[in-house]
Amino acid sequence: MTGKTHDAIIVGGGHNGLTTAAYLAKAGLDVVVVEKNPHVGGAAVSLELHEGWVYSNCSYVCSMMRQSIHRDLDLTRHGLILVPYLGTVNFGDDGQTLIDYPSEEAAHLELKRHSPHDADSMHRFQADLARYAQFIRKTLLRTPPDPTSMRPRDIRELLFLGKQMWSLGEREMYEYVRFFTISAADFLEDYFENDLIKAAMASPGIIGTALGVYSPGSAYILLHHVMGDVDGNIGAWGLARGGMGAISEALASAAREHGAEIRTTSGVQQILVKDGEACGVVLENGDELNAGIVVSNLDAKRTFTRVMDRNDLPPGIYEKAKNFKIRGSSGKVNIALDGMPQFTGVPDNRYVNRGGQGFTGSLKTMERAYDAWKHGRWSPDPFVESVIPSAWDPTVAPPGKHWMSNFVQYCPPTLAEGPWTPEERDAFGQAVVDKIERYSPGFKDLIVHMEVRTPHDLEQEVGLTEGNIFQGELTIDQLLFNRPFPGYAQYRMPVKNLYMCGSSTHPGGGVSSACGANAAREILMDLKKPNTVPEDDFYDE
Amino acid sequence: MSTNDPYAGERLKLSPFYPRASVLNIREAWSAWNGYKFAEYYYDAEYEYFCVRNQCATYDICPMQKYLVKGRDAEAMLNRMVTRDITKLKLNRVTYVVWCTDEGRLVDDGTIFKLASDEFMLTCGSSCIAWLRMSTYGFDEVNVFDVTDDIAALSFQGPTSCAVLKEMGLEGIEQAKPFDILRFPFHGDTLMVSRTGFTGDLGYELWISPGLALELWDELYSAGEDYGIQPFGEAATNMARLEAGFIMPDMEFNEALKTVHFEHDQTPFELNLGWLVDFSKPHFNGRRALLEEKKRGPKYTLTRLDIEGNKPAEGSYLYGDRNCKKKEIGYVTSAMWSPAVKANIALAMIRTDCLQGEIWAEIYYEKELRHYQKVARCTVKDKPFWSPPRARATPPPDY
Amino acid sequence: MSDYDSIIIGAGHNGLVCAAYLARAGQKVLLLESAEAPGGLAANREFHPGFKTSVAHVVNHFSDRIASDLKLARYGFEGSSNVTLVTGLGREGRHVTVDGHSVTGVEQGDAEAYRRFAAQMRRFADALKPFWLKTIPRAAPGKWSDMSTFARIGLKLRLLGKDDMREFMRVAALPARDLVDENFDSELLKAVLCWDGLIGSKMAPRSPNNAVLPMLYRTAQGQSGTPGSLIEALQASARAAGVEIRTGTTVDRILVNPGQDGLVAEGVILAGGEHIHASRVVSSADPKTTFIGLAGIDNLEIQFTNRIRRLRCDGFVAKLHLALNGLPEFTGLDRLNGRLLIAPTMNDIEFAFDHAKYGEYPPEPVMEIVIPSLQDASLAPQEKHVLSAHVMYVPYRPKGGWNKQAKAALYERIIERLSGYAPGIRDQIIHAELLTPAELERDYRVSGGHWHHAEFALDQMLMMRPTYEAAQYSTPLPGLYLCGAGCHPGGDLTGAPGHNAAREILR
Repeated sequence: MTGKTHDAIIVGGGHNGLTTAAYLAKAGLDVVVVEKNPHVGGAAVSLELHEGWVYSNCSYVCSMMRQSIHRDLDLTRHGLILVPYLGTVNFGDDGQTLIDYPSEEAAHLELKRHSPHDADSMHRFQADLARYAQFIRKTLLRTPPDPTSMRPRDIRELLFLGKQMWSLGEREMYEYVRFFTISAADFLEDYFENDLIKAAMASPGIIGTALGVYSPGSAYILLHHVMGDVDGNIGAWGLARGGMGAISEALASAAREHGAEIRTTSGVQQILVKDGEACGVVLENGDELNAGIVVSNLDAKRTFTRVMDRNDLPPGIYEKAKNFKIRGSSGKVNIALDGMPQFTGVPDNRYVNRGGQGFTGSLKTMERAYDAWKHGRWSPDPFVESVIPSAWDPTVAPPGKHWMSNFVQYCPPTLAEGPWTPEERDAFGQAVVDKIERYSPGFKDLIVHMEVRTPHDLEQEVGLTEGNIFQGELTIDQLLFNRPFPGYAQYRMPVKNLYMCGSSTHPGGGVSSACGANAAREILMDLKKPNTVPEDDFYDE
Repeated sequence: MSTNDPYAGERLKLSPFYPRASVLNIREAWSAWNGYKFAEYYYDAEYEYFCVRNQCATYDICPMQKYLVKGRDAEAMLNRMVTRDITKLKLNRVTYVVWCTDEGRLVDDGTIFKLASDEFMLTCGSSCIAWLRMSTYGFDEVNVFDVTDDIAALSFQGPTSCAVLKEMGLEGIEQAKPFDILRFPFHGDTLMVSRTGFTGDLGYELWISPGLALELWDELYSAGEDYGIQPFGEAATNMARLEAGFIMPDMEFNEALKTVHFEHDQTPFELNLGWLVDFSKPHFNGRRALLEEKKRGPKYTLTRLDIEGNKPAEGSYLYGDRNCKKKEIGYVTSAMWSPAVKANIALAMIRTDCLQGEIWAEIYYEKELRHYQKVARCTVKDKPFWSPPRARATPPPDY
Repeated sequence: MSDYDSIIIGAGHNGLVCAAYLARAGQKVLLLESAEAPGGLAANREFHPGFKTSVAHVVNHFSDRIASDLKLARYGFEGSSNVTLVTGLGREGRHVTVDGHSVTGVEQGDAEAYRRFAAQMRRFADALKPFWLKTIPRAAPGKWSDMSTFARIGLKLRLLGKDDMREFMRVAALPARDLVDENFDSELLKAVLCWDGLIGSKMAPRSPNNAVLPMLYRTAQGQSGTPGSLIEALQASARAAGVEIRTGTTVDRILVNPGQDGLVAEGVILAGGEHIHASRVVSSADPKTTFIGLAGIDNLEIQFTNRIRRLRCDGFVAKLHLALNGLPEFTGLDRLNGRLLIAPTMNDIEFAFDHAKYGEYPPEPVMEIVIPSLQDASLAPQEKHVLSAHVMYVPYRPKGGWNKQAKAALYERIIERLSGYAPGIRDQIIHAELLTPAELERDYRVSGGHWHHAEFALDQMLMMRPTYEAAQYSTPLPGLYLCGAGCHPGGDLTGAPGHNAAREILR
């Protein structure tokens, strides 16, 4: 059965796919998005899994959303509002707490009670991090250059990177290389002495990755999580009112307004290639859709090893995809609560829960959790990063009730003994609850409903291979012009008219819309349409 | 500070003088400085400013950071850190210093008190313990103690300040030369007095253990009653220091370690503090870079400006031509109308090669919600705007 | 008045190379060594009457050019260009041996994959090889004249062709594990191939970024031979060029005086108090020892010294020396030449490392074994042998510190592990010496007991080794130069740092 021919088919309605769809539609193309789930959003969703409670059951926090896209697609009018966190509380191994206050004076005093040295050093740390973040941020909404190419555009972009690097000054250029390649633990060692402060600062360095705080490269991942901003405050995090699904809904609404069609419950069986050119898709229900171009929002491994015929690919691509590093390392426990939990050692005021909770422990605790992952187990003392969105989002839980999002690092995609079973999954969830209970006696009694998600569940439901939240590890071999594969980092894939727009492409994971926007820009260029995708704005840095 | 107080971050610390100062802070005009609750002003900023210039006034410097540097290598460590030659500093003397990064960029400024041959006190506006830790690395015998909370300090400034201290019974205080340290018995303890300050006028700083802070306050205020004593806050200090031509972080300079952008920090030469850099010393941090800078000449120079008219040139761009058509040659860092000298004064960073030519400031101001722009001629002043002879005289005149 | 043109501190192999080059250029050179004999970590030392060996136990990529410049063959170094065999010891005697071109002991698929893999690694290694003997310039404004080195690196990579260049840029930062996982099936082969990316460093197969470049560094073609003969030849060559070598002479500190433009290094002060003046001082000691210990903290800049402080140079390798009453018998192995690895899988390496991370020593250490007495009969009495092993991962600072019990327990674990492959070895031991990283530091004056002087990692390589401002062999202190493994290109017995330093000094 052959349907009508579209200009473009977007395979997968994650936030990046929707972004690409919106921009292509805005440029006047006839676009259809096909999504296997009954809802759009991929891993940015809001689901009512227990009556009255709406969970952001995958991603749960937003800091990287490019504001120029937010503004350009008018997402606020489409219902999106992002509200920043107040300070986050970190809990140490020994019951110590560290609060990251929004007020600089308060934050300084809080650090000072743990270490006057570290409180002072924090200024240098923040200045350095801001410098690194500014550098990276300038690359987010740009297509990475191909360093092997002699095309003027690639040379220009390479020079742009060189110029950015040069403008750091000699010392900072080297410091930048150092920062980019060392471990979070080594990086922090240069600034801090206190275990809890180090742990709190290191924790973004492991989120979502199959690396530990002592693994070289984790310092960059730390930056990847804090280079986002809310209203120009670098490192600030925010919640989307109504859950992460609100972002996807707003993007979908913008895409529809520009004329894109979005078909849910329409999983793709296969991407069709004819005479070496992508020309359409076959849906799981057998329907065939045809289009001039096909854009995959799926991860690189899934795109090339699951929904494409190996014979349609040029030699070597299947192997590249097979070797693409996409490792599941994170779990998630979503909990509906009967009331607001009380945490030990935290001031009893209305502000303190209006931010995150980091059950951080120490660098060693985090590293031991990583060691457990290497052995195909979960740690009995995992790193858990939590937030209680209902503390400031009235739409996600009934009045007086709460829901708590608990992100767990690490959780293996398969266990040493074999695949996940429901019993093992519950035991994993219990380990997380036990850990929280240590810092919040009585927590267990508040639990109304609980959803435990292992990487396996994430793969099954969202389609992320191995449940990797970034659609591929963020290590140097898979960053910038290496993402997803060297030579294919400019969103065009080895098969003509096939593009990728998901987090497997530059600049990588996170709800940023940057991958989707960059892909749209390249597609429009190929179709010789005027560019409608904005440049990033930097608050006149 | 207890590490177990979960509220520590939410409570500003209170100075040992707070019980007295808070009574006088009728406007409840508090801000914060280094984690202390700190008066922006007490009753009226300009009134307090005139107290400093006309009578005498106290400024609570408890929040100022104070470090004791002790040990056999204390002098060597400080001497490497700062640009001045500390080995020339005599016992019981104070000196104003700056210290720089390896690249010769200002980390911070402060004062060093030589208390014994192997004991120094370093004071500065914001925390510098991390830099001190870096500076002590590799030295065998030097220890740094943060004594900020262990010493109560009160700056006491103004023309009648010496008279008041005499009235208080500090015998021989008039013999203290600028930057001298004297000690007096006080309720079984020692009151340390240094002839130092941040107002460019006659003045002293009083150092006492926190337990005797209120006694000191009471005796000083009782002695000063007839001399017009009054506490002053941050606002008045900022006026006095600008008249004296003293620099402030975040106004005239960025502390190098907190600076994000390449070379957005400053060298001592740019800040017109070249006189603090002693190249006769064979080594100090940043020496090589500063020597190069000196040979090359700084790109910008911090300059005192007298600006025509009376509209403060806050945040103004400076131009070399009246029409402001050519490229700007600098920018104003601090500006105000000086009530004492009746002049429109400013500190400005100006391109060194443009200092000889004309300087024009583009000033924006507002009148009842209407916004105006004017261009005013600027004159470079070699001397501080406020520098009375009494500030240097020993003994100082009685007011 | 200067007594010498150059004083070189430390007669390790890099000190010898540097001294020889300087003297051959006509300089009056004094080489000072605190030990009784030159050689540093490569010096043969009697650890039991009649039994000798050196800490560094293989020479496998010593620079051809230096060997020929210094005429080492004439002085007795019989270098060969054959790659040293590496044998991974398998359980039940099923071993894997690689020689840089082919592999034995694996399935057909792996053998073919290895040929492809080895050829590609050699292409990469050859492209990089010229740069190990170059000074990597500073990336600073006003240094354009030096920039041609960067341009040449870029060009070399381009000349690899598009596919190879892309592949190089991808794999350059790959963890060793991913690199070999992509290519091979045999667990043992993978572990063997990982090894050269990890040895001596605080890294395990899963650690990203820092494994592949060291691997390529070691893949670069060069001379192999015995450390003893290399040191003898270097010594003879240096003496022949006119270098004065004083052993048993410890430098207390570097003599620093005020000059016209600030401080200048003008000589050394010996432990006995003697002052020796020279136009320059060249240190082959590690950067921490050189700057913090010898140059004096108050002669250096604050941020610079703190960058030296943060250099990662805690060693993670212990050294085992066994005096054996005969040739050990390894199950299923008839030739004991080359390097033997006890590291059956990458997980074994990884999990051994995991313990060391927390300051524990691993229950099942992994190690590289050499029988030096097979190559050099003079190292042991007739019919007797020496076994030398690098044991990983052994922390420099274990929890609770090093003491007799801790060392005895570690020794027991090592011998137990060794016995699993050479069952009779326990009874062959006449004497055993185990040197922890802390003891290597003490005995050989190497900070952290790290044989690369500083961790071989991207942030501590090239123009960042040991840190910028000291990476072109000169230092912020005029008159003081570096020539040791703490400079580009790094550790191992290559002679490159000493050669490069001499060139910069003579410039």
